[in-house]
Amino acid sequence: MSILIDKNTKVLVQGLTGKTGTFHTEQALAYHGTQMVGGIHPKKGGETWTGSNGENLPIFASVAEGREKTGANASVIYVPPAGAGAAIIEAIDAEVPLIVCITEGIPVMDMVKVKARLDKSSSRLIGPNCPGIVTPDECKIGIMPGNIFRKGSVGVVSRSGTLTYEAVFQTTNAGLGQSTAVGIGGDPVKGTEFIDILEMFLADDETKSIIMIGEIGGSAEEEAAQFLKDEAKKGRKKPMAGFIAGRTAPPGRTMGHAGAVISGGKGGAEDKIAAMEDAGIRVSPSPARLGTTLVEAIKG
Amino acid sequence: MNIHEYQAKQVLQGYGLPVAAGVPVLNANEAEAAAKALPGPLYVVKSQIHAGGRGKGKFKELGPDAKGGVRLSRTVDEVVANVNEMFGNTLVTKQTGPEGKQVNRLYIEDGADIDRELYLSILVDRSVGRVAFVVSTEGGMDIEQVAHDTPEKIITVAIDPDTGVTADDTKKLNAALKLSGDAAKDGETVFPALYKAFVEKDMSLLEVNPLIVMTSGRLRVLDAKVSFDGNALFRHPEIMELRDTTEEDAKEIEASKWDLAYVALDGNIGCMVNGAGLAMATMDIIKLYGKEPANFCDVGGGASKEKVAAAFKIITADPRVEGILVNIFGGIMKCDVIAEGVVAAVKEVGLQVPLVVRLEGTNVELGKKIINESGLNVISADDLDDAAKKIVAAVKG
Repeated sequence: MSILIDKNTKVLVQGLTGKTGTFHTEQALAYHGTQMVGGIHPKKGGETWTGSNGENLPIFASVAEGREKTGANASVIYVPPAGAGAAIIEAIDAEVPLIVCITEGIPVMDMVKVKARLDKSSSRLIGPNCPGIVTPDECKIGIMPGNIFRKGSVGVVSRSGTLTYEAVFQTTNAGLGQSTAVGIGGDPVKGTEFIDILEMFLADDETKSIIMIGEIGGSAEEEAAQFLKDEAKKGRKKPMAGFIAGRTAPPGRTMGHAGAVISGGKGGAEDKIAAMEDAGIRVSPSPARLGTTLVEAIKG
Repeated sequence: MNIHEYQAKQVLQGYGLPVAAGVPVLNANEAEAAAKALPGPLYVVKSQIHAGGRGKGKFKELGPDAKGGVRLSRTVDEVVANVNEMFGNTLVTKQTGPEGKQVNRLYIEDGADIDRELYLSILVDRSVGRVAFVVSTEGGMDIEQVAHDTPEKIITVAIDPDTGVTADDTKKLNAALKLSGDAAKDGETVFPALYKAFVEKDMSLLEVNPLIVMTSGRLRVLDAKVSFDGNALFRHPEIMELRDTTEEDAKEIEASKWDLAYVALDGNIGCMVNGAGLAMATMDIIKLYGKEPANFCDVGGGASKEKVAAAFKIITADPRVEGILVNIFGGIMKCDVIAEGVVAAVKEVGLQVPLVVRLEGTNVELGKKIINESGLNVISADDLDDAAKKIVAAVKG
């Protein structure tokens, strides 16, 4: 088992015909044959996309049409920021079960509208402003480099893209490998929070331990810590290592990610670290020791 | 992006919100005409800088007994005297840091007779993904202090984006602020108008502290602080025109031209990283090994060689930088592109300080080869831990 995606996941690409969409679709196809089944473009329906290795994919005029004709159960979005909110809403309206939005820089007010629509639907949105999801050797959605993964037992969940790579790389080097790695994204309003993914990792038999990487801003880490404490009382618990980026970030400044800002005296790293440690997570002071910290947590 | 109070009030006035009559003064000799254009007999002279705490702030150049950055005046002559004393001087407030900010703009406003001071702000409540009002009867004070000491006095009302501010929301806000009579009646138009301004202009923060009930019983926006969502500025050219670059760090302005995420800090180790999380983590690990970062810099996922070179030049141009750490975990970002950019920048501007480079991920071997064959004096590192130790050691030298 894994979470969210596996070898049976069929993926549509919104924004396939752009440079980014094309590059990452080629990468996904090359990654253990991830089932990329088509692209969406309102004006190019009926045309065919051809990758640099000669792969062909059909282009559909709408997500609904693409879903109907391919049986896709997931969509990945590379549409530029101005149109990305509308692209997510189109996927929600087409009842795509899993929507992964990679796009960075979507206006937050657009995401407020998306969130309202999402709450009334059965779709799950991962992101935006995220690196995507990988289940090693089975399926890669998004922009993570496939070569650092190894099939294994660690569930990785992170608000940061490149720190996800660090966690993956270090757990690969430690010989543990990953069950699934999920980047939930660095925006303040997003589809999926830590709690949702942690619940899935706790329920997944293949996931034996978990790495959770947070950063300054908001209170999602504190809420996740409370959730883990409550679940541990019910006997649901797995060894966990964690990291919080931004201990040295000054208050009031947005650090790259729109959601990474300490405001009104809230969202600082120390509160998050304290909450996570209180929930039994081993929080590494160094992003270079995520793998070794998890190994220690597993040993107990 | 932040704007000045007087600009914020002009934006809000466009939505029919009650603000006092006022005239911005961009040159000290405009003070008399500005004051004469107002009804009097009470005037308020307000420093316009992008920082809070102006009233309690102190001017560096003036004595400790001099008045702060917001001053009441009872005659036109007094307005002129205050403008002359404040203009061009450096105001230090709780939010400016010890270096303070130079006051290059003042705002002369019609005075108000205040009955009660309230707090109101609108922001995006990320826990529910909705726009929310945050209000308190304890206005005019430091709201963080109120939140800390008496959190029960702060009330949040989240708004459903499908309905906007409903009659029920207004009722809740009026009750939370203990408004009645004319003030409550004003609330029925003020709250929806503030919400409309926030949503239509893509604000990230709209803070009215204080919102006042005047002795006449009517509401007025007495102060206004507005920030905009940088990701939405592309659809608001009218807001972009309000940008005051004299309020921003020169290095950050240069970085923004290249679409680099860059924040200037106080330390001595410059950093160039890909990814916001890794960039923060790189700052953190420098601190962990005993030094302070000079900046946050995320070159992003798909940077070109030119963009990398620009970032490197911004970092080396900072006189505080005593050493540079380049930390790349290439996913989309290819290590050879980073290497080429660094080499090009060093060839152009030279390298006076130690440079540690850690490359990992896509095209790492090619990247390392470019660095090694460049003849530059670069210290290579194997992983992030190694890189941080090496740069700290090199700077301590």
